[in-house]
Amino acid sequence: MTPETHPSQTWFGRWRATMSEMTFSAAICLGFLIIVFIIGIFAPWIAPYDEAQILTNDSFMPPSAEMWLGSDYLGRDVLSRLIYGIRITLFLALTISCLSFLSGVGLGFLAAVSGGRIDSWMSRFNDAMLSFPSLMLALIVINSLGSSFTVLIFTIALIDLTRVYRVSRALAVNVMVMDYVEAAVVRGEKKWWIIFHEVLPNTLIPLAAEFGIRFTYTILFISALSFLGLGVQPPQSDLGVMVKENMQALLYGEYTTLYPAIMIALIAVSMNIFVDWLLLQSSTKLPDEV
Amino acid sequence: MTKPLLKVRHLDVSVYDRKNNETKIVDDISFDVQPGKVIALIGESGSGKTTISLGCMGYTRPGCYLTKGSVELDGVNVLDLSVPQLQELRGRDITYVAQSAAASFNSAMRIDAQVTEIPVITGSMTRKDALDKAVKLYKSLELPDPENIGKRYPHQVSGGQLQRLMAAMAMISDPRLLILDEPTTALDVTTQIEVLYSFKKLISDNNTAAIYVTHDLSLVAQIADHILVLKDGQMVEYGDTEQIISNPSHEYTKALMAAANVMPDDIHAPSIISAEAPPIIEVKSVSAAYSNSDAKNVLEDINLKINAGETLGIIGESGSGKTTLGRLISGLMSAKSGHVLLNGQPLNPHVQQRSLDELRQIQFVFQMADVALNPRQRINKILGRPMMFYRGLSKSEATKEVARLLERVELPTDFAWRFPPELSGGQRQRVNLARALAAEPKIIICDEITSALDTVVAQQILDLLENLQDEFGLSYMFITHDIATVAKIAERIAVMRLGRIVSQGTVRDVLTPPCHDYTQLLLNSIPEMRTDWLDEAIVERRALVKALNA
Repeated sequence: MTPETHPSQTWFGRWRATMSEMTFSAAICLGFLIIVFIIGIFAPWIAPYDEAQILTNDSFMPPSAEMWLGSDYLGRDVLSRLIYGIRITLFLALTISCLSFLSGVGLGFLAAVSGGRIDSWMSRFNDAMLSFPSLMLALIVINSLGSSFTVLIFTIALIDLTRVYRVSRALAVNVMVMDYVEAAVVRGEKKWWIIFHEVLPNTLIPLAAEFGIRFTYTILFISALSFLGLGVQPPQSDLGVMVKENMQALLYGEYTTLYPAIMIALIAVSMNIFVDWLLLQSSTKLPDEV
Repeated sequence: MTKPLLKVRHLDVSVYDRKNNETKIVDDISFDVQPGKVIALIGESGSGKTTISLGCMGYTRPGCYLTKGSVELDGVNVLDLSVPQLQELRGRDITYVAQSAAASFNSAMRIDAQVTEIPVITGSMTRKDALDKAVKLYKSLELPDPENIGKRYPHQVSGGQLQRLMAAMAMISDPRLLILDEPTTALDVTTQIEVLYSFKKLISDNNTAAIYVTHDLSLVAQIADHILVLKDGQMVEYGDTEQIISNPSHEYTKALMAAANVMPDDIHAPSIISAEAPPIIEVKSVSAAYSNSDAKNVLEDINLKINAGETLGIIGESGSGKTTLGRLISGLMSAKSGHVLLNGQPLNPHVQQRSLDELRQIQFVFQMADVALNPRQRINKILGRPMMFYRGLSKSEATKEVARLLERVELPTDFAWRFPPELSGGQRQRVNLARALAAEPKIIICDEITSALDTVVAQQILDLLENLQDEFGLSYMFITHDIATVAKIAERIAVMRLGRIVSQGTVRDVLTPPCHDYTQLLLNSIPEMRTDWLDEAIVERRALVKALNA
């Protein structure tokens, strides 16, 4: 076998090796997440009606052939609003998580690799940020700047950043003391090479797991803000807004509000099971005798 | 013949993988332990010696299963007992001394509380009786200040003392069987014989039966009555200690004998040095401390030279500053005063200020290959990177070079696509060495590179080092605590103690008596392959320690 064609060298080979060890529950959760993402991306083509269009004068109509999940309190199609809600929720959560991760991991690694006074100052400042209750901080910022997608994204990303920074710094500090990092230092490698080739590969899987957890928290956080009326503004809706809008109906025995609630729960649970599996993968592949 | 205390018959231990395939890690082992006798289980790592000793307590590590055989302690089959019965048995009839006492003590509790814990909680002794007994044991183990040592916390005593305290913990309930699992492996050579001597005394005083697990045949010769040689979970040879060390019948036992840590018969002649060529490395009156404000120097006025094609052995026990010296030469630490010359040119103290070519010429090999190789980089990248970094090779050129290099260190070329955790300890150490070779260096600083390996594997690494030296004209600075290893490979040696070089010169000059007291102490600590060595060595050792401290 020539070195160029070794299966573990290609992306596909590695992907196949990982997938063959996937557990049943993790596979189902991953499948569900993929479907949800596809629905989110193609929402305008999949949704039977426009999300804001009032179709009937009857609130809380039961499911029918025209409206699979019935109508909401204004007579809009619940299924369409759910599909658009998924789109907005996922878009927000993904943007926020990516933003907070790029900056948080970057700063965390920088602190760990620099060490000394830079590390102390950055970490103490971060501790101060962490001491604010996150919901309160978000309420203050959004109330003073007004609610828009941009404000929402940057506020929540900033709050998440502090958590991501903590985790990634701790992970990197653990790797920095290993002999292989010292071997790279004594070879004369630059800081950036050490970060990308020595630290990052050894923290990638715990970071991926953290990403999954942060992503879930972000969905819940956006939903909580929307529920308080500070998140996504009508007529647009995310899943949290839908829960809030249709909540009163519970008093009259209408369960419309449960559809978005169940959706939030399913996404959160799937993400967590998938992430748990990912974590397990990382721990079984690490050398155990070290 | 008296009735044996422990009868192990046809013991099998297996592990199962995910697809439920069985792999036997212990295969059909039978042996007896007579009361008051010591049996040694000897073999390299993975030979199943610890698994067997744990099996004697009816215990297996998670994932292992005792599939067949019996373990009879005084007529009772241990493997048939229930968990509560086993718990009663362990700690009362059978006790265990683990390899690392430091990891086995709770650092938040006083030593006395831990030593007396088992008899007190099982109610077999009152606290006061147990404490009195403990003091008696401390005395017979020759621990300093036996009345008060138990009132300390584990971090307040030395490693050798802690290992003896653990033996006290094991002996306090007068067990019938004591299992010692590599109890001296983690200790300094000079401490090792003290601990070994206490164990031997303790066992003979109390007439306890013991199982001694180790990979070092020369140690076993001092303490065991019988030896069981293991390889890959199977019994290779079983017999009297005298018979095994004087007349081993199996090839593997002979290999173990050959690799044992004893002084070699022939030593290297010093290399012929041409007067004109400057030495590769010259260290001139270097002193160093961990920080500039630190008044205490870890290195004090070090002077040494390493010539081309020569091996300099640096020897000393832990804390002597030998690793610090290696780190200083490679630029990981800077000197307070003095400097290091490479080919006659002064070197910048810090790695970042040195030129690429200077960095290339001095390579450092770390002690533990399992943490010195990034577990998430393939061997191809680990070895290819120095080639690309120092020699400017392209990726495909480096891949070809890696294959050649792997062949050179006697590894299969398809290892290039493996990750370090997929290799054995000896293979990893070869890769670790190959990484230094990849830079085409002039000198390699080897920091205890054989001390974590089994004796047979360590010998193979030493052979490889010599071959490479002949082929490439390399110089080595070989840092170790083991004087026997250094005598095998070095032409010149420097002995370090408390940050100073106490003696330096050719192997013959330094090691032939009369030599420095400390060198003599180190020499005295190497076990000899005969059964009466320990008793003589301990007398000489105590005289030397007294002289050194005076």
